[in-house]
Amino acid sequence: MIEGDAGKDGVAVEVHDVTVAYHRRPVLWDVDVLIPRGRLVAVVGPNGAGKSTLLKAILGLVPLASGRVEIFGHNLRGARGLLGYVPQRESVDWDFPVSAADVVLMGRYGRLGWIRRPGPEDRAAAETALRKVGMIEFARRQISQLSGGQQQRVFLARALAQDAALYLMDEPFAGVDASTERAIVDVLREMRAAGKTVVAVHHDLQTVPEYFDHVVMLNMRLVAAGPVADVFTRENLLKTYGGRLTMLEAAAEAVRAGA
Amino acid sequence: MNDLLRLITLQDATTRTVLLGAGLLGLAAGVVGTFAVLRRRALVGDAMAHAALPGVCLAYFVVGERSFGAFLLGALIAGLLGAWCIVLIRAHTRIKEDAAIGIVLASFFGLGIALSRIIQNRPSGNRAGLDTFIFGKAAGMTSADTRLIGITAVTIVALTYLLAREFGLLCFDRAFSASIGRRVILLDLILMTLIGVCVVIGLPAVGVVMTAALLIIPAAAARFWTDRLWVMILLGGLFGSLSGLLGVGVSALAPRLAAGPVVVLVAAGIFVVSLITAPTRGLLPASVRRWRLRRRIILQNLLRAMHEANERGEVEVTEAALAAKRAWTTDQLASVLARAARSGLVVHGPMGWRLTPRGVVEAAAVVRTHRLWELYLIEHAAIAPDHVDRDADQLEHILPPDVLARLEEQLAMRERLPPSPHAIPVYEGSAAHG
Repeated sequence: MIEGDAGKDGVAVEVHDVTVAYHRRPVLWDVDVLIPRGRLVAVVGPNGAGKSTLLKAILGLVPLASGRVEIFGHNLRGARGLLGYVPQRESVDWDFPVSAADVVLMGRYGRLGWIRRPGPEDRAAAETALRKVGMIEFARRQISQLSGGQQQRVFLARALAQDAALYLMDEPFAGVDASTERAIVDVLREMRAAGKTVVAVHHDLQTVPEYFDHVVMLNMRLVAAGPVADVFTRENLLKTYGGRLTMLEAAAEAVRAGA
Repeated sequence: MNDLLRLITLQDATTRTVLLGAGLLGLAAGVVGTFAVLRRRALVGDAMAHAALPGVCLAYFVVGERSFGAFLLGALIAGLLGAWCIVLIRAHTRIKEDAAIGIVLASFFGLGIALSRIIQNRPSGNRAGLDTFIFGKAAGMTSADTRLIGITAVTIVALTYLLAREFGLLCFDRAFSASIGRRVILLDLILMTLIGVCVVIGLPAVGVVMTAALLIIPAAAARFWTDRLWVMILLGGLFGSLSGLLGVGVSALAPRLAAGPVVVLVAAGIFVVSLITAPTRGLLPASVRRWRLRRRIILQNLLRAMHEANERGEVEVTEAALAAKRAWTTDQLASVLARAARSGLVVHGPMGWRLTPRGVVEAAAVVRTHRLWELYLIEHAAIAPDHVDRDADQLEHILPPDVLARLEEQLAMRERLPPSPHAIPVYEGSAAHG
């Protein structure tokens, strides 16, 4: 799938022919997609379509059964410092003994290395990030005392503190209140204005055209990818969400049985 | 008595070394234990301790005599092997972690016990001192042994301090740690090894069966006192070294008492005290807070009921009328009225209870806050629940001024706005009645 408006220079991520399997069961099949630079990109698809896995494949968090990923023309090792990640909120223990400010400061660890301690400029960056998401008054709060929306903002602030060029966000809008949703959208637009690329797994199909420029429609295979106006069509949605339990599941079963 | 004096005044060089070693051991266990608990590896630590026993026995077979260094090395290898078996079982079968831990712990420990019986039935076996490894016996250790334990413990603490930030991130959010390029498998391995080394140096003093307690209990107790990782590490270390010092100290006084159980009992004592009294998370302060909150809410409900009666023109309210307003038992009502009377908020008049001038002001403030809050929840809650702290009494300190002004206007229009206790400009302009 080649974007019409994205030449090689305008590409943030090139996912080439990627297959990922967990316990021999494929979750992503031959996915080929170009993510254009400086855009807000939604990844949509039904449960189990491999949306999170696509993000993790780009980040190198899961082994690729085949294919390769290029980020701004580099391999993963060369592009590490350009990446920011917002995992699913449910993936961590929010009773952990740290404050909101501590979590945001983790966004600076990547440039610090294993031993070096965060300095004043790191603390300043963390503070700026907390301010941007409207959480500065909650900086000293232990994270379990924050609401779901506030926790999501803290995660977003941590990503801001990373000061990356490409952000991969796993369901940043899941379970947040309306004011947080608006705050996140504002931050995403600010990021786009600063030339950053954001790829976000998104569940609310209604808001895709409002919040995002591009969309990647996924159901284990790539269904469609491109500008929202071109590919976010009823036909593609049906292809993505409709025939979920038919061909691919059967094929996956066959592969598992044969292996 | 003489022994006690000698112990307390640390006259005896061996006692001094043993106590220092035990304190350092406890410190290391508490510090590393913090991460064992946060990474949910506490039981793996226990499994490693049990799995270490056959290693000690095999070391005896290889060396042929009691050799402290060789015993510890054997224990470490066997312990890590046990941990590795748990990882393998979990990764390649459908058996869950708890069952895998049980299988490895019991099998290795059984093998260890069997091997130690074989050794003890040999002519020279009694001198091997293997029994001390099962329940721990500080008195049996030489100064050289203790020095080895102390130096290792200090090394563990230093390494953990250096890597504490990385361990913290690993425990909190492993995927993020990997996403910034950290080698999380290596970090996990280092943490596991530190736990293993800590368990192994604890064996001679505390014993196979109870070493893991020194790893888990001080750290778990520390969690009750703080919401800060660094404080938790410090407290875990402090509780651990207290347990080690006191436990080994008592055991040194009464040589027939094994050190292990005493150490664990001291740690458990610290845990129970923390569980009950710790101000942040302890049970007692929490129930006191709940009790105070309930008392406050009951008093506020009384004031609201009286205020509403006043709004209907009733100046004095009978107890029967108040009881009908809320689900109060007679006792509850009597007690809250007595409390309000003691605070000078209500007095008993000829017809029933009435608000004092101070009570009127207080009741108006409560009703005002309550109604504004109610209206806020109805009108604005969908927009900004994140900016509200539900426990606070003073809405004007929480809600943005423009939101508050709008709410007050709406309430005033319905003639339901009681006066503000500290009149604020917005209110002065929008409503003039009481």
